[in-house]
Amino acid sequence: MAKQKVSTGSTTAKPVFDYAPAPESRAIVDIKPSYGLFINGEFVDGGGTSFKTINPATEEVLAEIAEASEADIDTAVKAARRAHSRVWGRMPGKERAKYLYRIARIMQERGREIAVLESIDNGKPIKESRDVDVPVAAAHFFYYAGWADKLEYSGYGTQSLGVAAQVIPWNFPLLMLAWKIAPALAAGNTVVLKPAETTPLTALLFAEICQQADLPPGVVNIVTGAGDTGHFLVGHDDVDKVAFTGSTDVGRAIAKAVAGTNKKVTLELGGKAANIVFDDAPIDQAVEGIVNGIFFNQGHVCCAGSRLLVQESIAEEVLERLKRRMATLRVGDPLDKNTDVGAINSAEQLARIKQLSAIGEEEGAGRWSPPCDLPSTGFWFPPTLFTGVTQAHRIAREEIFGPVLSVLTFRTPAEAVEKANNTPYGLSAGVWTDKGSRILWMANQLRAGVVWANTFNKFDPTSPFGGYKESGYGREGGRHGLEGYLKGTN
Amino acid sequence: MTTTPTTTASASSAAGNSFSDVTSSESALRRFLHGLPGVDQVGAEARATALGTRSIKTTAKDYAIDLAIRMVDLTTLEGQDTHGKVRALANKAMRPDPADPTCPATAAVCVYPDMVGIAKETLGTSGVNVAAVATAFPSGRAALDIKLADTRDAVEAGADEIDMVIDRGAFLSGRYLEVYDEIVAVKEACGPAHLKVIFETGELQTYDNVRRASWLAMMAGGHFIKTSTGKVQPAATLPVTMIMLEAVRDFREATGQMIGVKPAGGIRTSKDAIKYLVMVNEVAGPDWLDPDWFRFGASTLLNDLLMQRTKMTTGRYSGPDYFTLD
Repeated sequence: MAKQKVSTGSTTAKPVFDYAPAPESRAIVDIKPSYGLFINGEFVDGGGTSFKTINPATEEVLAEIAEASEADIDTAVKAARRAHSRVWGRMPGKERAKYLYRIARIMQERGREIAVLESIDNGKPIKESRDVDVPVAAAHFFYYAGWADKLEYSGYGTQSLGVAAQVIPWNFPLLMLAWKIAPALAAGNTVVLKPAETTPLTALLFAEICQQADLPPGVVNIVTGAGDTGHFLVGHDDVDKVAFTGSTDVGRAIAKAVAGTNKKVTLELGGKAANIVFDDAPIDQAVEGIVNGIFFNQGHVCCAGSRLLVQESIAEEVLERLKRRMATLRVGDPLDKNTDVGAINSAEQLARIKQLSAIGEEEGAGRWSPPCDLPSTGFWFPPTLFTGVTQAHRIAREEIFGPVLSVLTFRTPAEAVEKANNTPYGLSAGVWTDKGSRILWMANQLRAGVVWANTFNKFDPTSPFGGYKESGYGREGGRHGLEGYLKGTN
Repeated sequence: MTTTPTTTASASSAAGNSFSDVTSSESALRRFLHGLPGVDQVGAEARATALGTRSIKTTAKDYAIDLAIRMVDLTTLEGQDTHGKVRALANKAMRPDPADPTCPATAAVCVYPDMVGIAKETLGTSGVNVAAVATAFPSGRAALDIKLADTRDAVEAGADEIDMVIDRGAFLSGRYLEVYDEIVAVKEACGPAHLKVIFETGELQTYDNVRRASWLAMMAGGHFIKTSTGKVQPAATLPVTMIMLEAVRDFREATGQMIGVKPAGGIRTSKDAIKYLVMVNEVAGPDWLDPDWFRFGASTLLNDLLMQRTKMTTGRYSGPDYFTLD
């Protein structure tokens, strides 16, 4: 029998509760050595120069990906046009819904496979791809499937536009695909979608799911490639609609390219969201919200709460608690179920985060990261915060798109609003206070498409999402998300 | 930082003094408790759920299971308790797995005051403590002198630890000072015995109340704060325990003094117990990962921990007949 004297436990050196590795198995995914383009229901070779997609956590090459040339884009748009005029555009909404429900169910059934593949290709922790990306993506299909036979109640008409050209970013590859494809298909459009060049694999897996669901050929076409491919796609004459999520620079170029055409456009661009913490906030939950706001998905979130505005009277206490909490974040292998912060998606993005962080230091802000061991291969950046940041610092104005938080202070609600709105962006904002009336007042004052109260980074298919100012225009999600894919009331 | 139990005991009365302004009057105490930061229910529950998704495997699981066994207050609190039952339970506490001598003992057995003597006699010098519930457990509805007599009786019979219940009626009607004074009085009656203060969080209902009760009990000198009697549903939950862990963490920040936490009731599986340990580790910090600072009030939990422990060593699950029923 162990004769331990119960009361002496704390005087001896204790072993630490060090979580052993708990890796999710890779065996469930089958990554092929090379992938073609998905056009008219089939995988075909691309006419461009193929490129490699890598695992950002290890720099291991995952697969060779075809590049769509201008001719390939033309073939894809033609396939989509044909599918629209012959099949999808004239199919009753009730029938379209069946396909969308089927896709949603297959996404759920193959959820673990999709989640693992997403984490491998993107670098995001498996707990996020498993608990957020995949279920929310499936939820979008379920939600819009419900709209397909009820368009007359949408307020935006029942006539589809035709062919939608969709270009999505690398931060939520599958989820952004769902945000784009689900409403387009529900409204009766066909799509040609280009995933980001660093994260094409789940979009190509989605192509397989379309085959599995017996979706008519040409309704969904996936074309891979980089900027040029995207340029050809949005510039194609026979496209009725352009939907883009990504950087403000590219969004601006797209707006220019389609200006003067009849193409309908929705743009969901960058952000520099303020997360505003008042002195009467539930502090522990606010700290969680700050962490979730900026370190969720390594900060690769357009609506990330990258500017913390904290009331000066509690700034010190909040910072202390925030630092303590940041010290418990586990950075590392994205496939480990206990990882909180994964890998930065690409060398290019890592360089940008490093550059802007260096500028923050040069401009005199106080840089802090918890001690953490980063893997030697792959692209990594520790969770970082900058204190003493003012509106005049570049790190308070430019989107870093990484796990870097700028901390600013304010004294009064009016000052909080002024500082929060003083940005060219306007995608999201967070308000933390126990006072309901203040939440409503703030929500009215803040020029941001989404205002979260006592929470952050919550996404639901029923809720519209989109920006003010340089964060873009148009809304995705909810009833509003249908507007961009219908001809309007007539 | 590690604090030995002896320094804690003396620091505890010092802490009582450092809050003397706060506890000087009903209104000052109310101002202080109502001035604590609020708890957002949705956010707190989401955080507790997220911590529950940690995956604890292999060596970490070995460590967690042995630690959890050492943290169990093996409990029997039934009207039908007899000397025979308590003796059996005490033997189980000392040798949870007769087939495996490397299996650690539990922290304590927890019984009604009239069973303390027999428990103490059985446990002898094994190091397993005797905890007694007192103060008109579980309702707490009795006059103060009866509660104090109940406490003294248990301590005289040899209880090392007293688990008292607070007066929820007084708390819910806002008579905080009355609750405070009662805890102080019971603590005095405890003498050398350690005091655990039970809130019955299932009756306090809101997280704001749990946070206030935690500070109240810590300021009054309780060594442990405990969720429940096990007689009211819901008993211990992850979010409630998290609020209490935040309270002891913040209390140490403020006073330098460590207070223990004991969730009790409803924790039945190893998987649950490990979720609690993860929460202790990440919310209060690793210093609390010790039977001196964290306990499980449980009865059926122990056998599940033993089954998992055997599975970890042998690679096979054994049937329930391979573990003793007491």
